[in-house]
Amino acid sequence: MIPEIGHFSLILALLMASLAAIAPLYGASRNDQRLMSLAVPLMVGQFLFILIAFAALMQAYLVSDFSVLNVVANSHSLKPLLYKISGVWGNHEGSLVLWVLILSLFGSLVGLFGRALPLSFRARVLAIQALITSAFLLFMLITSNPFERVIPAAIEGRGLNPLLQDPGLAFHPPLLYLGYVGLSVAFSFAVAALIEGRLGPLWARWVRPWVLLAWMALTAGIALGSWWAYYELGWGGWWFWDPVENASFIPWLIATALLHSTIVMEKRDALKRWTLLLAILGFSMSLLGTFLVRSGVLTSVHAFAVDPERGLFILILLALAIGGSLALYAFRAGSLEAGGLFAPLSREGALVANNVLLSISAAIVLVGTLYPLFLDAVSGAKVTVGPPFFEISFVPLMVLLLIALGFGPLLAWKRGDIGRALGMLRLAGLAAFLGAGGAYLIWGPGPVMAFLGFALAFWLLGSILTDMGHKAKITQRPFAPMAALGRLRRVPRGIWGMWSAHMGMAVLVLGITASESWMTEKLVLLHPGDATEVADYTMIFQGVEPVGGPNYTAVRGHFTVMKGSHHVAELYPEQRAYSAPPMETTEAAIYPLIMGDLYAVVGDPDGKGGWSARLYWKPLISWIWMGVGLMVIGGGLSLSDRRLRVGAPKRAAITTRPGPQALPAE
Amino acid sequence: MRPILWVPLLLFAALVMALTIGLFLKPREIPSAMIAQPVPAFDLPPLWMSGEGLQSSDLAKGEAVLLNVFASWCAPCRIEHPFLMELADEGIPLYGLNYKDKPEDALAFLGELGNPYRRIGADRDGRVGIDFGVYGVPETYVINGQGQIAYKHIGPILPQNQDQLRQAIKKAAQESPANEKASE
Repeated sequence: MIPEIGHFSLILALLMASLAAIAPLYGASRNDQRLMSLAVPLMVGQFLFILIAFAALMQAYLVSDFSVLNVVANSHSLKPLLYKISGVWGNHEGSLVLWVLILSLFGSLVGLFGRALPLSFRARVLAIQALITSAFLLFMLITSNPFERVIPAAIEGRGLNPLLQDPGLAFHPPLLYLGYVGLSVAFSFAVAALIEGRLGPLWARWVRPWVLLAWMALTAGIALGSWWAYYELGWGGWWFWDPVENASFIPWLIATALLHSTIVMEKRDALKRWTLLLAILGFSMSLLGTFLVRSGVLTSVHAFAVDPERGLFILILLALAIGGSLALYAFRAGSLEAGGLFAPLSREGALVANNVLLSISAAIVLVGTLYPLFLDAVSGAKVTVGPPFFEISFVPLMVLLLIALGFGPLLAWKRGDIGRALGMLRLAGLAAFLGAGGAYLIWGPGPVMAFLGFALAFWLLGSILTDMGHKAKITQRPFAPMAALGRLRRVPRGIWGMWSAHMGMAVLVLGITASESWMTEKLVLLHPGDATEVADYTMIFQGVEPVGGPNYTAVRGHFTVMKGSHHVAELYPEQRAYSAPPMETTEAAIYPLIMGDLYAVVGDPDGKGGWSARLYWKPLISWIWMGVGLMVIGGGLSLSDRRLRVGAPKRAAITTRPGPQALPAE
Repeated sequence: MRPILWVPLLLFAALVMALTIGLFLKPREIPSAMIAQPVPAFDLPPLWMSGEGLQSSDLAKGEAVLLNVFASWCAPCRIEHPFLMELADEGIPLYGLNYKDKPEDALAFLGELGNPYRRIGADRDGRVGIDFGVYGVPETYVINGQGQIAYKHIGPILPQNQDQLRQAIKKAAQESPANEKASE
């Protein structure tokens, strides 16, 4: 009964979404107030019905209702509660429900918080949002009904892939979707602006909080995924340039560029067409990612069950949504008036550099991901692009980006003084030297790129501190520390957000560089009692013992870690064998320390009392995620800035924008 | 109207065309040209200085064998690895083609996860992979006793592919003289 309620709710939501896609759009073109004001209630209505459907599916998982095909295929009665919940979105159908839920949630939020938007503009934004929702609902109801029944009901479920049974992964997809789908708001804003044919700084101010929100979720989601790969998969790495990882990384790069170009648009009324294009591309890349994951055109760890019918449907959806918006862009963007001018060496110039570098990076990742497919389609030749391609092409761009990042915030708007900026950056240059030298003192010789990485990270940190000092006016005499601190406290949250996010970037670079360059790895065969030196640590193998878990059995190794005579930690890596579905997984034991992680994996026995083991010392690796954390905090700070508070544009909207009546009709 | 504004649309149209073709290529199916063809001739060095490498003649010794293309940098390879270990334990002859990999990384990979392969050839520049038409790592080939490719699986062998692969092995074994003798 409950699954049927869920099914009907989806159908009702589809009807409401279709109405919400048509009526307000028509109303906006006819300037019909009643039709336009239908948008918000219809949006909230579809959200509520999708929520009911989501709750119904959740209920089926929680009570292990094995008369529902989706539950049979992806759940198991013995599974722990958390994974019954995360099982809801751990499969194609369920994840689509979550996808449309978030889509309509964002639509409702725009409707409820966007009272300041002109009525016709809000109606158009919501109509575009509803159009996307209805397309996905249609897709779901036609090809992937999550509530399909099995008769007779199954006795037991097939279980969830044990690799996916992890707290980190339980929240990775929802966050990622929040990011992917959040970009739809920028997309809808861009399409609505193209339809209205008007675009100004206010548009940038409206769209920026949504981009920030989506960017934060996407950043956190990607970080969580890589963290999961690092500690759960026991592969020793954290990023693999896997097609599906790339599919989330491309929208991230574009969202980052968009975040920066909206600043230029808001402050200087420039880069309008470019910003619009980024807003369209950001969500387009999210859609493309969805297509890649679900159509099976590329092989990947993440791929859901493959079904060509679904692939074709998403491809058509993709072609209509992206093709339609890009065609609109081609026709309409030319009529937007050009914005403010600026010299190449200026804050705007630096932000353009940021945009160009980020967009090229996104294009490279896209090409690298799709190249095998392209070549196959064109010539039938079969090739693979491995991580080497991405490393060779990506790293130089990031080097340039980091250099520019040091300059950007110190250049003035419109026309910057490079001489003055260079003067201010002397200390940052010194910091770069000290950083590279410090790395040599701590870890000794390493590859050239490692020292370059440290120099760049410290260059960036130096530049941020210089900027802070400049804002606090610490060079003013007489020196008054309290007054300087007071000035820092009055610095807008948006600036603090920038500092935090840029500092996060520096910390991330340090983490990546150190862990890639100075990692110690030991592959050893150990008998109980054997000791191995790994970097500054001694790891003593105490033996293995069998252990049992709720739905698996395991052998557990035991290592005691000493530094000199000082006890550091006990490590318990496991090899688990799951029963449903039958699968073996490696649980690495990781002991994070601020200067690096101790990492142990236990392998197979040699049959003569010895066990193979893989032991690592990975310097600064947790800094990767700390850096990402700082970026997300920066996004949060920026979001909480007064200027961007949702109510703030209200006055501006009334004073600077003509009412909807004054807008030219089509 | 500005021509440059049309560029994104045109690029996207090209992308959609490629994706459409890609969708109907069905990369997981056997390209018909490959079936029943003898394996390309090759002679690869071993992963390590000592030990034996892998030659095409190793694959045509009269019994059905599996050739698995793997690399330490390939994430999906880890997914199918336990299944390969299972096959090896059952005594199914499994050979490895280590594709575009550093030998030390590959050894570490096998050290961590176990070595299911009877012999491994190190295809460092990917030449042999090209001859085989390797589309993406991992790939698994079922080769019958005459050294002909009987079946090809692209991508990791997921639980739902295992039965199909086992059947392909059984079928190839029936066509192979050495296996027939063994079963008699």
